[in-house]
Amino acid sequence: MSDQIVWILLFPLIGAVLCSLSGVISKKVCYPISVLSMLASVWASVNTLMQAIESPVHEVSYILGGWSLDLFPRGVGIEFRADILGGLITLVVTGVGLLVTLYSKVPVQRQTPGKEAMYYALFLLQIAGLAGIALTGDAFNLYVLIEVAALTGYGLIALGSNRAAAATFNYIILGTIGASLYLLGVGYLYLKTGTLNMVGIREMIEANALYDSPAMQVAFVLLLLGILIKMAFFPFHAWLPNAYCHAPTTTSCLLAPLVTKVMIYVMIRMILTVFGVEFSFESTWWAEILPWLVVVAIVCAAVMALAQREIKRMLAYLIVAEVGYMVGGVWIYNYYGLIGSIFHVISDACMTLCLFLGAGIILEKCKTTHFDGLRGLFAKMPLTMAGFFIGGFSIIGLPPTCGFFSKWYLITGGMVSERWEYMITLMFSTMVMVVLFFRLIERIHLAVDESGKNLGKGHGDLGLSQDQTRFDEAPLSMLLPLLLAASIVIAVGVYNQEVVDQIEVFLRAYDLPTGVDYK
Amino acid sequence: MSNPVIIEDIRPLIALLAPWVGLVGIIWAGEKRPNLRELFTFIAASVQAAVVLSLVPVILSGAIVEFHIWQIFSYVPMLLRVDGPGLLFASVASVLWIATTLYAIGYMRGLHEHAQTRFYSFFALSLSATMGVAFSANLLTIYFFYEMLSISTFPLVTHMQDKSARTGGRTYLGYLLFTSLCLLLPALSWCYVWLDGGHLTMDFIEDVGKVGHFSETTQIVLLFLFTFGFAKAGLMPSHSWLPGAMVAPTPVSALLHAVAVVKVGVFCVYRVYADVFGADVLSRMSGEEWTMIVASATILISSLIALSQDNLKRRLAFSTIGQLGYIVLGAAIATDRAQGGAVLHIAMHACGKITLFFCAGAIFVATGKKYVSELRGLGRKMPLTMGAFMIGALSVIGLPPMGGFISKWYLALGALDRDAQWVVAVLLISSLLNVFYLLPVAVSAFFRTSENQQDSSFKEAPWPCVVPILFTAMGCFLLFFWSDVLLQIVGLTP
Repeated sequence: MSDQIVWILLFPLIGAVLCSLSGVISKKVCYPISVLSMLASVWASVNTLMQAIESPVHEVSYILGGWSLDLFPRGVGIEFRADILGGLITLVVTGVGLLVTLYSKVPVQRQTPGKEAMYYALFLLQIAGLAGIALTGDAFNLYVLIEVAALTGYGLIALGSNRAAAATFNYIILGTIGASLYLLGVGYLYLKTGTLNMVGIREMIEANALYDSPAMQVAFVLLLLGILIKMAFFPFHAWLPNAYCHAPTTTSCLLAPLVTKVMIYVMIRMILTVFGVEFSFESTWWAEILPWLVVVAIVCAAVMALAQREIKRMLAYLIVAEVGYMVGGVWIYNYYGLIGSIFHVISDACMTLCLFLGAGIILEKCKTTHFDGLRGLFAKMPLTMAGFFIGGFSIIGLPPTCGFFSKWYLITGGMVSERWEYMITLMFSTMVMVVLFFRLIERIHLAVDESGKNLGKGHGDLGLSQDQTRFDEAPLSMLLPLLLAASIVIAVGVYNQEVVDQIEVFLRAYDLPTGVDYK
Repeated sequence: MSNPVIIEDIRPLIALLAPWVGLVGIIWAGEKRPNLRELFTFIAASVQAAVVLSLVPVILSGAIVEFHIWQIFSYVPMLLRVDGPGLLFASVASVLWIATTLYAIGYMRGLHEHAQTRFYSFFALSLSATMGVAFSANLLTIYFFYEMLSISTFPLVTHMQDKSARTGGRTYLGYLLFTSLCLLLPALSWCYVWLDGGHLTMDFIEDVGKVGHFSETTQIVLLFLFTFGFAKAGLMPSHSWLPGAMVAPTPVSALLHAVAVVKVGVFCVYRVYADVFGADVLSRMSGEEWTMIVASATILISSLIALSQDNLKRRLAFSTIGQLGYIVLGAAIATDRAQGGAVLHIAMHACGKITLFFCAGAIFVATGKKYVSELRGLGRKMPLTMGAFMIGALSVIGLPPMGGFISKWYLALGALDRDAQWVVAVLLISSLLNVFYLLPVAVSAFFRTSENQQDSSFKEAPWPCVVPILFTAMGCFLLFFWSDVLLQIVGLTP
C-alpha cells in the first residue's frame, strides 16, 4: 500500500473535478463532496505518516509514472517522497484542510452565493497544492506545486470583499516575483547538476564537490529570497495582511495557518536535503546576517500588530511575527532550534487555525471584527471565545498549550547557540502577545471603552441591551471545527513528546550541533 | 529524612481535581440555583480539605506520597509529591477555602454582586492550581501550575469590570506575566539545558544542589532570576501588583491575596532556596546575602508604607507584602530552623491575615466603610468582628499565645544559627511597626467614640460573614497550641 502517498493528492484533485462538474447540476453536493475527499485525504496522510515512521529508512517513496530511478541518477521521473518531516507537514495540511472544509458550510454560502462550485474546486486544489509541496521530492515539481497553491490562492482571495481585488493584485505581483526567483534558483541547480530530484542534486553536489562554485551560492541566495518572499518574512510581508483581511472567511482560515508554514518547510527542506547543513550554515556570509534580520522582523511585526484595532489584521501581523520565530529557529543553527522551528510549524498551524476560525465566527455573528464591536462576547458566545483564547494563550506560550513547547525549544536553541539577541526578541514579542490578547479580553470583558470611560451602570452592566448579551452561539458546523482545533492545540501540547520524538528521529540523520557536551 | 519511604497514591491528584468536578457542578447550577451552586463549592472544598488532611498521618510517619500524571518532556515528568512543607501549605489553603466559601456567600449576596457563577468557578480553578503548586515535585511542574494560577485569578481581580478593575488587572498581569515569562522561563530553560547534559528533572529531592555546578556568577544570576521571577512572592520592587489587586471582592483578597496566590509565590521561592539550591550551595555562594537584604528592605519599607495607608484593604495588602518578606527572608537564611520557620509562617500568617481581611470585608458589607479613619467607635456596633480583628492583629504582630509568635521565634532562632544578628533586629523593628499600623485600628474602634450616635447600635454583618471570622480567629489560637504537630510536619523537632 505504498501508493497511498499519491492518494493524499488525488482525493482532493478528484474532489475538485467533481465539484466543478456537479456544480452545474446542484450546488448542494459540493460541500459533502469536499468533506468526503478531505476525510479520505487525511486518512491517506495518516497512513503515509505511519508507514514512514515504521519503515527502516523512515521514508516512503513513490515514482510517478513508474519511471525507474536506475535510468539516470534520480533524474527523470518525479518522485514523491514522504520522510517523517514531510509526512508530518502533510498531515497538518490535510488536517487543517479537513477542519476548514467542515467549517465552510455557512460562510461559503453567505459570502460567495452562487459560486460554491467554483469556490470548492479552487479550495480543494489549494489543499492539493500545499500537500504536494510537502510531499514532492523534485525541485521543479515543487515550483509547479507552489504555483498551483499560489494561483488557486489568488482566486480564493479575490472572491472576497470589494477591496480583495486590489489585495490580490498586490499578492500576485509579490508572489510571482518570489516564485520566479525560486525558479531561477532551480535553473542554476539544474545547470550545475543535471538533475531536478532533490536527493539527486545533493548527490551530484557532493560527488563533484560543487560547494565552492559561485553558481551554487547564487542558486542558494535566489532560492532563499524567493522562499522568504513567499513566506512573508518581514520586510517582504506587504502582501499578507491585506490579502488575509479582505479574503472570504474560509479562505483566510485555510491560507493563514498553512501557506507561510509550508514555505518554512520548503526552506528547511532546501537546507537539509538539497544544500546540506554545512554549506548552508557554515561556509556562507548570510548565516551571520539572517538571525539579525529575524530580530528586526519579529520586533517590527509585533509592534505593527500592536497598532491594529481589528482582529483579523492583528492576527495577520502576528503571523508575520511567527514567521520570524521559525526562520530564526532555523538560522540560529542548532539541533534544538530546528526542533523548535519544526514543532512551531505544526503548533503554529494549529493555533493560527484556532484564531482564524474564531475570528470568522465573530465576523459571522457580529458583522465586524473591529475591537469596538466585541463587548459582551463572553456572555454571548462563551464556547467560541474559549476556543479563540485557547489559541491566543498558545500564541503567548502558556502551558500546557502547544505554543509553550515550541517556544521552549526555540528559547533552548537560542541559549545553546548563545544567540542572546534572538532570545530577548522572543521575550519581547511574548510580552507583546500578552498585551495583544489581554487587551482583547479587556475589550470583551470590561464595561470600559478604550479611553477608560466607564460604560453601563456598574456591577457588570456592560451598557448593552439584553439581546446583545444573550447566549447566541454560532452554528454547530462552525463551532465544532473551532473546538476541535482548540483541543488539538492542547493535545499537541500534552503529547508534544510523541511529536518531538519523531522530529528527533528525522533530525538525527543530519549533522547538527547540539551545543551541549553530553556526558 | 535521608531515605523517606515513597508511597504511590492518587490522593494528591484527587485534591487537584476536586475543584474541577466542583466547577462542572457550579456551572451546571448557574445563577438560577444559587444555593445548589454554593453547595457544589462546599462539596469541592470539603473533599479537597478532607483528602489533604487525610495525608497528614502518612507524612507524620515519615513517608512521602507521589503521583505521576504525565510526561512533560521525555526526561521531565509532571510529578505530584506530598512532603511536609507542601502538605502544610495545602492544608491551610484547602481548609481556609471552606471558611472563605461560607464568607463569600455572606459577602457576595450581602452586596448583591453580579456574575457570582463566574466568581465561584474561577475561585475553584485557583484552588486547583494552588494544590498543584503545593504538591509539585520539580521545577517545571511548579511553573505550569504557577502560570495556571496567574490566568485563573485574572477574572477574579477584574470582577468589577470597571475602570479600576482594568487598572488593577493590568498591573496584576503585567507584573506576574512579565516576571514569569521573561525572568523565570529563561532561568528554567537555563537549568534544564545546561545541567547534566540537559537531561535533568530538577527534582526537589534528587537534584538539590545541582545548580552548584554552575559558575559563581551564573548561580547568583539564577538565584535573582528565580527570586524575582516568582513575583507572586511580592518582593520589592515587583510588589505593586498586590495593592492593585485589592479592587477584587474581599473574599478574593482574603483567600487569594493573603493565602493562596501570594503564598504560592513565597512557597515557590522557598522551594528554590531549599530544594533547588539547597543549604550547602547557598552557604558557599558569596552574593546570597543580597537576597536577605532585599527581603529585609521589603519588610521594613512595606511596613512604613502600610502606616500611611488609610484604605484598610490597602493597609492590609502592604502588611502582607511585609509578612511575605519574612518568609523569603527565612528561606534565604537557609538554616533548618529558619526555613522551617518560613514554612510555618505561611500557615500562621495565612490564618491571621485572612481574619483581618474577612473583618475588613464584613465592615464593608455592614456599614459600607473602607477607610481606617471611619472606624472610630465601631467596636460597639460590631463587637464580634472587631474582637476578631484584634486577635488577627495580635497574631500578625507575633504575640503569644497566637500562632504568629511561633514562626517568628523560629525565624529568629534560625537567623542566630547563622550568626545573622541583624536579622533579629529587623524582625523586632518590623514587629514594632506592625503594632503601629494594626493596633490603632482595633483600639480606636473600641476605645474612641464615634461622632455619629447611630453608629453605636449593634449591627453585625450577615451571619455567613461572621461565622468564618470567628472560626479563623480561633484558628490563630489553635495554631499556637498545635504548633508541635506543625513543627513535626515541617521536619523540626519541637
